[in-house]
Amino acid sequence: MIIAERKPIEEIKGFIEGKKKVLLVGCRGCVTVCNAGGTKEVGILASLLRLDAQKEGRELTVDEFTLERQCDPEYIEELLEMVEKKYDAILSMACSVGPQFLTRRYPKEKVYPSLNTCFIGGALAHGIWAEHCQACGNCIIHNFGGMCPISRCSKSLMNGPCGGSSGGVCEISKEVECIWHLIANKVMEENRLDDFAPVQPIKDWSSSRDGGPRKIVREELVK
Amino acid sequence: MTREIKTNSNLEKVLASGAFAVTGELGPPRHCSAHEVVEKAKHLVGNVDSVNITDNQTAVVRMSSLAAGILAQKEGLEANMQMVCRDRNRIAMQSDILGAAALGINNLLCLSGDHQKFGDHPQSKNVFDVDSINLIEMVRTMRDDGKLLSGQELPPDGRPKIFIGAAYNPFADPEDYRVHRVAKKVAAGVDFLQSQCIYDMARFRKFMAKAVDMGLTEKAYFLAGVTPLKALGMARYMKNNVPGIIVPDELIERLKGVPKEKQADEGIKIACEQIEEFKEMKGVAGVHLMLIEWEHMVPRFVQEAKLTPRPKL
Repeated sequence: MIIAERKPIEEIKGFIEGKKKVLLVGCRGCVTVCNAGGTKEVGILASLLRLDAQKEGRELTVDEFTLERQCDPEYIEELLEMVEKKYDAILSMACSVGPQFLTRRYPKEKVYPSLNTCFIGGALAHGIWAEHCQACGNCIIHNFGGMCPISRCSKSLMNGPCGGSSGGVCEISKEVECIWHLIANKVMEENRLDDFAPVQPIKDWSSSRDGGPRKIVREELVK
Repeated sequence: MTREIKTNSNLEKVLASGAFAVTGELGPPRHCSAHEVVEKAKHLVGNVDSVNITDNQTAVVRMSSLAAGILAQKEGLEANMQMVCRDRNRIAMQSDILGAAALGINNLLCLSGDHQKFGDHPQSKNVFDVDSINLIEMVRTMRDDGKLLSGQELPPDGRPKIFIGAAYNPFADPEDYRVHRVAKKVAAGVDFLQSQCIYDMARFRKFMAKAVDMGLTEKAYFLAGVTPLKALGMARYMKNNVPGIIVPDELIERLKGVPKEKQADEGIKIACEQIEEFKEMKGVAGVHLMLIEWEHMVPRFVQEAKLTPRPKL
């Protein structure tokens, strides 16, 4: 899923400076699962902004609304009634797709991102998420013992591990595991050194973001 | 050990002759004054067969390895231009390789490169379009097959005659996999390899025995990396802070045993003892001396290590 985290409160306060009526829009998709932008987090941010305004003696109305998803136009449409109530700012609490879809549907509204979209990943434990995919558009993890060197190696090496791999951690930080350490150990444990001996070829990045913004058209689904 | 000569590299000639090769290192300045390159080069001329010109090492902006390499060659050295995968994509790399060869660069050391997180521009975007092993293969294809990655043919007189180098680190992990990674470099077409600084001789011996056993030393020249320890503080720093370097406790103890002002001499003595062993070690074709910011010590060091005079071929 997409992992996001809320922007620092000061940055969000900057978005609504001088504004009196704001709408916070949550999302029940990935950002609910990663505790960044679901109904609960919308409530917390709304309370923080209200309290802050109260403390500073500012007039501020904060309304809350959570959509099923912000990456589908049909759900974005559900916000029409709220938008018609005329807000000074709409703060999306979805990944960055959300505020962009809101902007496209409601072009006259001032829409701001309240989250930073961080990566595609999974939960290692409650409250800990790690990157596992870079959306390169051509999955090759089966060649690497089911682990992704593109997203999980700091240098996206196809033929690692580099000389900075030490004690199972990456040279950039003791907090970052060396994925190539795990890949190499798995290859050795499975006695697959001969299969693994050929040089992995230069990666074709054209299916990645390097090929330009991507779009998928599934003819059978297009009405 | 005699092998077919593929390039005009002096280093290749020395290695192919069977002589024990010596390479050095020169870090370009963090400005554009050629003077510093010229000054550092003076200490190396006549004392090494080729000198590595580092490519923005530790991800700190410096004069380009190509420019500094040309300056060093004007002073009578042969450059071994380092190229890292961090800062350039395959288009820029192939372009720079063609340019370097056109300007008379004969050696290229293919490296992944230190992550930019260590350097003076941690906010920068990295590239890593290709990795060091892909880079070796790319240069080999340009030289031997006369083709760019795109398939575009290079005319016979327009192929970069580059002696292809790479690094190896027996001290990184997982230990048992390191020789297999080097095997990939050899399969990709590397001609010579220079190691990370060696202090743990036991681990290095074990690594080399495996490399010899796998036949790798018959296909590429292995140079052993040497950096004399200047002081006890440096030894401790390298042991604790540099990923992929192992400094055994007995070396720390040995430096502790001599007064501070004699530690540099002791460090040189230790390095000379290592070099004596490398000269006899099966599979080791030479040494790579990394006297980083200690270039003025090179003339004394090569003499004490009995590495001079260098062969003139």
